[in-house]
Parts: sequence; C-alpha cells; structure tokens
Amino acid sequence: MHLDSKIPAGPLADKWNNHKAKLRLVNPANRRKYHIIVVGSGLAGSAAAASFAEMGYEVSCFCYQDSPRRAHSIAAQGGINAAKNYQNDGDSVRRLFQDTIKGGDYRAREANVYRLAQVSTSIIDQCVAQGVPFAREYGGLLANRSFGGAQVSRTFYARGQTGQQLLIGAYSALSRQIGLGTVKMYTRHEMLDLVLVDGKAKGIVTRDLVTGAVESWSSDVVVVCTGGYGNVFYLSTNAQGCNVTATFRAHRRGAGFANPCYTQIHPTCIPVHGEDQSKLTLMSESLRNDGRVWVPKNKADCAKPAAEIPEDARDYFLERKYPSYGNLAPRDIASRAAKEVCDEGRGVGQVVDGKRLGVYLDFSAAIKRLGEAEVRARYGNLFDMYENITGENAYKQPMRIFPAVHYTMGGLWVDYNLQSNIPGLFVGGEANFSDHGANRLGASALMQGLADGYFVLPYTVTDYLAGEKSGSRPSNEAPEFKAVIKDVNDRVAKLLSINGTKSPRYYHKALGKITWEQCGMARDKAGLEGAIRDLQALREDFWKNVKVVGSGDALAPELERAGRVADFLDFGIMMCLDALTREESCGGHFRTEHQDAGEAKRDDAHYAHAAVWQWTGEGQLPARHVEPLVYEETQLSTRSYK
Amino acid sequence: MVQDNGKEETLALKLRVWRQRRGQPGAFEEHSLAAVPTSASFLEMMDMLNEQLIKAGKDTFAFDHDCREGICGMCSMTINGMPHGPIPGVTTCQLHMRNFRDGETITVEPWRARAFPVLKDLAVDRSAFDKVIQSGGFITVRTGSAPEANNIPVPKPVADEAMDAAECIGCGACVASCKNGSAMLFVGAKINHLNILPQGQAERDRRTLAMVKTMDEAGFGNCTNYGECQAHCPKSITLDVIAKLNRDYLRARVKEFFSSTGKPSKGGD
Repeated sequence: MHLDSKIPAGPLADKWNNHKAKLRLVNPANRRKYHIIVVGSGLAGSAAAASFAEMGYEVSCFCYQDSPRRAHSIAAQGGINAAKNYQNDGDSVRRLFQDTIKGGDYRAREANVYRLAQVSTSIIDQCVAQGVPFAREYGGLLANRSFGGAQVSRTFYARGQTGQQLLIGAYSALSRQIGLGTVKMYTRHEMLDLVLVDGKAKGIVTRDLVTGAVESWSSDVVVVCTGGYGNVFYLSTNAQGCNVTATFRAHRRGAGFANPCYTQIHPTCIPVHGEDQSKLTLMSESLRNDGRVWVPKNKADCAKPAAEIPEDARDYFLERKYPSYGNLAPRDIASRAAKEVCDEGRGVGQVVDGKRLGVYLDFSAAIKRLGEAEVRARYGNLFDMYENITGENAYKQPMRIFPAVHYTMGGLWVDYNLQSNIPGLFVGGEANFSDHGANRLGASALMQGLADGYFVLPYTVTDYLAGEKSGSRPSNEAPEFKAVIKDVNDRVAKLLSINGTKSPRYYHKALGKITWEQCGMARDKAGLEGAIRDLQALREDFWKNVKVVGSGDALAPELERAGRVADFLDFGIMMCLDALTREESCGGHFRTEHQDAGEAKRDDAHYAHAAVWQWTGEGQLPARHVEPLVYEETQLSTRSYK
Repeated sequence: MVQDNGKEETLALKLRVWRQRRGQPGAFEEHSLAAVPTSASFLEMMDMLNEQLIKAGKDTFAFDHDCREGICGMCSMTINGMPHGPIPGVTTCQLHMRNFRDGETITVEPWRARAFPVLKDLAVDRSAFDKVIQSGGFITVRTGSAPEANNIPVPKPVADEAMDAAECIGCGACVASCKNGSAMLFVGAKINHLNILPQGQAERDRRTLAMVKTMDEAGFGNCTNYGECQAHCPKSITLDVIAKLNRDYLRARVKEFFSSTGKPSKGGD
C-alpha cells in the first residue's frame, strides 16, 4: 500500500498557504462539467456540498436520514474552538495547534493539525455571517468559555446546542443550493458501495430506503463525510443510524483504514440503566466547569444516598490526582479515572450486571457559591434532560455519570489533501483519521468538520479535478457499475434469505458487549486475542442464523440494521487487531501491559506512527502498514495534567 | 426505576399501533407487551415490541428515529392522540415509560397531516419542510466571503431571541397537532431566527415572501390560533413567532406594493 502523506515543505506556519498557492484551479466555465458526489450531510458533508455548488460544480449529496438537517453533528452540545483570542488571554494559532496535538497524545499529523488551527478563525466568521446565534456579551460581541483541557477561553457556543446551530447554518447554505438546483439532494439513500474505474473512485451505489431501489451514480470524484464508527460498541452517544458501512465498503475496495482502535470515551454520560437500553446520553462536558466529581472513600457507603455520606468520606478523585486541572482534566484521563474507582468497587448508582458503574457529579458547592438561579441559567437544559431520563432532580442530589463511547478518531487514511489512497476518493470530518490522534479535545470535532468542508476540500478537490479531463467520467451503464450493483443486490438478497432465528439487534448487542469489554478504556493482549476469536465466531453465526424481517421493496429498518451490523462485525475484528498490535498506551487507549504506576506509557520509539489497515479478502485478517508521524516543530513530551 | 426490593418496576401494556404500506390504506394492529421497564424510553419500548414481532416471524413497525436525545427531530409518533405524547417539552425519544400506567392501552399513530404522507407504518415524508427552507430559510453567504465575526455586533437580547427561535428541531409536531395542518410555527420560528439578526436584514422581505409562498404551495393549512402547536412543540416555541411572521409578511407585502415602479422585472438575481 502506497502511503504518501504529501505534507508540503517549508515551516509549519507557511505550509498551507504555500500549498494553496500551488494547487491547480478549474476555469469557472468548466466547473459545471464536473460532477461531485458528497456522501453524508453533517457539518463536513453539508459544508463541502454547499461550497462546491457555490463554486459552480454539479453536486449530488446523499444522506440516510429524512433530511440533511438531522445528521448527527446536530447533537454536539458544548462548543467549537477557534484561535480568535477575543478574551486577550494569550491564545494564538500556535497555541491551539499545540493544545490539539498534545491532547491527541502526539499521534496526529502535525501539518494537518496546524492547518486546522489556522482555518479555525475563518469558521467563526463564516458561521456568524450565516446567522448562527452564538452566545454574546452585553456589548454585542461574541462570548467564549473555557472547555475541557484548555487553559484559555477559546470556545464559542450556542447554549447547549452548538452542534445543532452550526449544522443548521451549513444546512441552510446547502438548502440554498438545493433550491437553486445546483445540488441534487438524495435523502433516505444509503451508500452501500464505492465504484472504481481504472483504479479511481468514479461513483457509488446506493439503496433507496423507501423503495428499496439499488442504483448507481457516476461522478468525477467522491467525497465521503459519513462520520464515525462508535456504534461498533452498540451502546454509544451516537445516533441509532450512525454506521461504518460507507467507509468500510470503501476500505473493502482498497482504501486504507487508519487507527481503528482510537475511540474516544466521554466521561460525562448518564450511566446504563438496563438491558433494553438502546443509547447512552451525553451530558455536556461544560458541566465539569462547576460540578465536582466524587465517589465514596469506603465501598460500604456506595449503596447509601449521597446526602448521607459526610464530606470527609468522599473522594474527589480528579482533584486529588490532577490538582492543576482537577475536574477539567482531559476526557481520556477523566474517563479512565472514573473506570478505575468503579473497578475498585467504589462506583455508585444502580447495580447492572453485578456492578455499580457510576460516579457523582455534584453541584452543591456551585449552588452554594453561585445560587441555584445562576446554575439553572448555565445548565438548566442539561439538568432538565437529566431529570427527564433518570427521574432525579440534580439540584437536590448529585448527578450520576459514567464514561461512554462518543467519538472515533480513527477513520479512512487520507493525505494532506484529505484524499485517500484511492485516487478521487476524498474523506472529510470524523470519517477521516488525521487531526485528533489518539484522543480528541473538547470542542474540536465541530471545528474539524467545518474546516474540512468549508476551507480544505474546496481547494484540494479542485486541484484533483484539474487533473481529470472534463466530460471523461464513465457512464453508470459501464460494466464496473453493473458489477458493483450486482454485488450489492446479492448481499441484500442474502441477508433477506437466511431466515434464521436471531434478530440483527441481538448480534449488534453481542458485538457491543465484546468490543466494550475488551477494546474499551483498558485493553490487554489476552483479552484482545479472545475478542478477535469471539467476533469471528459471532460473524459466522450471523451469516447462518440472522433473521431479517420485512421486504426489500419498502422501508425495512431490520434490513438496514443487518447490513450495518454485518460491516461492524468485520470492522470490530480489525479494531481489536489494531489495538492488539499497538503495544503502547496512548490517549484513552490503555494497554494494561504498558503503564507507569497507573498512567499511560507511550512508546514513541516504536509507535509514533499511524497504523493503516488494508483489506485482504473475505474472512481474512487485514494487513498492517504504517505512516511514520514526522514532527518537525513539536517536541514530544509526556502528557501531564497533574 | 428501582424499587426498594432491588427489582426494576415493569409495565404490561396493550398497544394499538398503526400499520400502513405506502399508497395504501392503513389500520390499527393490537399487540400485548409485557415486562417493559419504567426506565425505558418510549422508543426502547417500541424496540421491544419489534423484537417480539421478529421472534414471531412478523414484520416490524417502521418508525423514524435517530439521535434519541431529543435534538435531531427525526422521531415522530402521535401517542394517545398527542404528537410526542403527554409530557410537554419533550420529543418521543425523550419520553420515558415511567409516565405510563401498568395495564394501560397506548395508541401509537404517525403524524397526521396532508403535507406529510405516510411512507410506512409510523414514518412519514416531511420533505415539505425542507422545501420551505430551500426557498428562503437562509442568509446568503458564500464560503470565504464572510467579514470578521466581531464586525457585526448583535445585542445580547437579540441574539437570545434568535436562539429561542432557532431551537426548532423541524420535527413537524406543530403541523401534526394542528387541525388545519398549518406549518406557521415552524416557518415563524425560522423567520424569527433570521429576520431579527443584523446579518439577516438584507434578505428579510424576500425571505418572508418566498417561505410563505412555498409553505402555501406545499399543502399546509392556515393558522386560526388554536394554539395546539405551542402546546405540543418539544422545544416550547411560542405563538409569538407566528405573530411576528404575520407582521413581517405584512411589512414585506406592503413594501413590495409601494416599491413597484411598474416596470417589468429585469431579473438579474
């Protein structure tokens, strides 16, 4: 596998500008002759599709939801980072870059992260002009807050609904183009495969979820912005429909998949309450600004109501272990610390599967200091949400929280231009791997999605198209397209015909149990090897005994889930294999064999690289390749938040 | 909810659920469902029903849902005659079974509105909402052409009011709850979000006229002040936005009338 990162030469601060100046252009009159397919309509997809159409390209955009406005970017609560330095607290592009690369535990690509920090300021300009109602100060200028793991206030926010407001901004830009006829929008369409012609990505095959029609679409370039794979764990904060199918199908067609074992576990989620639970709900990390995290010092106190546990019998473990960051320690650190105290038997809340998996997030000190009205003004909607789900009033008793899978840093391998190793296949947003390394800092996912969509892909895709002859794209009647359509139809028919005894959800739950227990916050060799064997057996069972009800010619949610679970099963094996072969602890990925008295021990000498996996065939284990991470201006140090 | 004896409280339910194929008439089907934990969400209860149907080899009920945290706007069930069920200010996915009684009969239907045809069972087509937005629910700003963000000060009360309106999740409960099938709350919310911001002034009249026109063409009814939309909106958007939509519409029509020079339009936009 040829992995050329194409990082431009020159000092870090000049790379993007120098590179942009060299990227080729397409004459405005010729742009309409090129057809761009964008898959996914979240921040990256909507922003890219709208921007391409404004430039004059012919664009088709696909999403599985009933409207592009529903993509899961909408659920991001906390905020978006930008190096505006409006607070005069010493922020700069260089500092945002340094925080992000350190937050990623030095496993991200330096040049990409620097570019991300550079374009962050333009994102805020763009969104404000679109009418995104960011929080304001009384003078009318933009407000900021500090957010998980940062020592400056650089996070812009719109109440607890920042993702929603940014997505509506991108959706409105996209909608304008749909109204003008420059973007053709296909909702309730799921990408089920990628079509290659002469080794280049030239189209996709989709299934119309309403009619069941399987169709092919040809284009000059394919841009995949289909989000992450958190649902491989079954329970996650992702939407129910989030899946790995689009990126995994591209992987099966030859695209390298980088760092699949990098997943982010978010510390502030509502704990699991029972067997029939379908989803974990995130409570914004901003709660940690004023809430204090604790568990009882003594196991015997765990079953008591919080109010009956005296102050001196409480262990504020984040403040104890990480005095300089305290409750604001980065996500991976806070998550692992919570898991540790629960594993010690000091968790709180109800017993599920024989364990109490929860820690308190207590606002009593904040209510005493600020008053209940101020706490309500800051977090009222989150307290309401918590009460609605748990039936408990967090003004009167502490919230209970536990870590949950939230974001996936791994994704399709891309070069500096966000192009995968398949020419003509570009990947944006959470679906690619490049910017967050082994851990993502709060408020940087929205930043990356919009950076890719608005300010990177329009330049780099144009450069690619300048090298493709206009009008040279194949017809979707070409044999390559017909062959892929046949593959997709065969697979759908196979899923419908097995007629076994167990539902797709049964397999999804079984898959999640294995991956969460063996490839979650802490991993070891024996557990991962066992997980790979278990997943292989589960996959075999799936293809013999799954029962998919419904028909192929109408809305068939079970068929949709079955197809996604089938890909997750293959993907889960690759994820565990990636975790097994990364013999170090980095970010939230704790290999128990590699630690310094409980703190993660990185191995820069052997693992300062991205692991890139290549599909080798049905039922085979994928092959591992590496892209060494070259740090030109960054000194690798041990991350310490003590 | 866990009882003192450590066991989770559960419900046995009778469910009347709408079954329909696209383009065909539909009907209710009755099912019994036992051991529903009170801590489950309404959609998790529906998942349990579907798993029970799969075991019996029957087709499941199709329903729309995605984020299951009350923000994407995809879930859309009329529960006991009320869009998103009996609890104010929540979506179907955030409704929990502790709000129902053991032995209760629950009726589950899709959104009922002419502009939202049924696709299957409980899932409807809400693309009419997207068309309204496409006609004018935006501020025109090309990527890269925006001025520095702090060059446009927005007074905090204005930003807060815009945000109140912008919380709309586009679920369509307002339309489903309205006897007239009116989309005025949805359109009013978007108009209020964009028309009061300084950035939205250039296109204010044009936006209002275009969105109202598209709304009418899409088959939504008129507002006659029943107020059901406000009562069922999961984001508690208020009727104020409809009053302000009417004001902006009147303003735009009057300005359009008096600004006409009588010359035919030269286009150019």
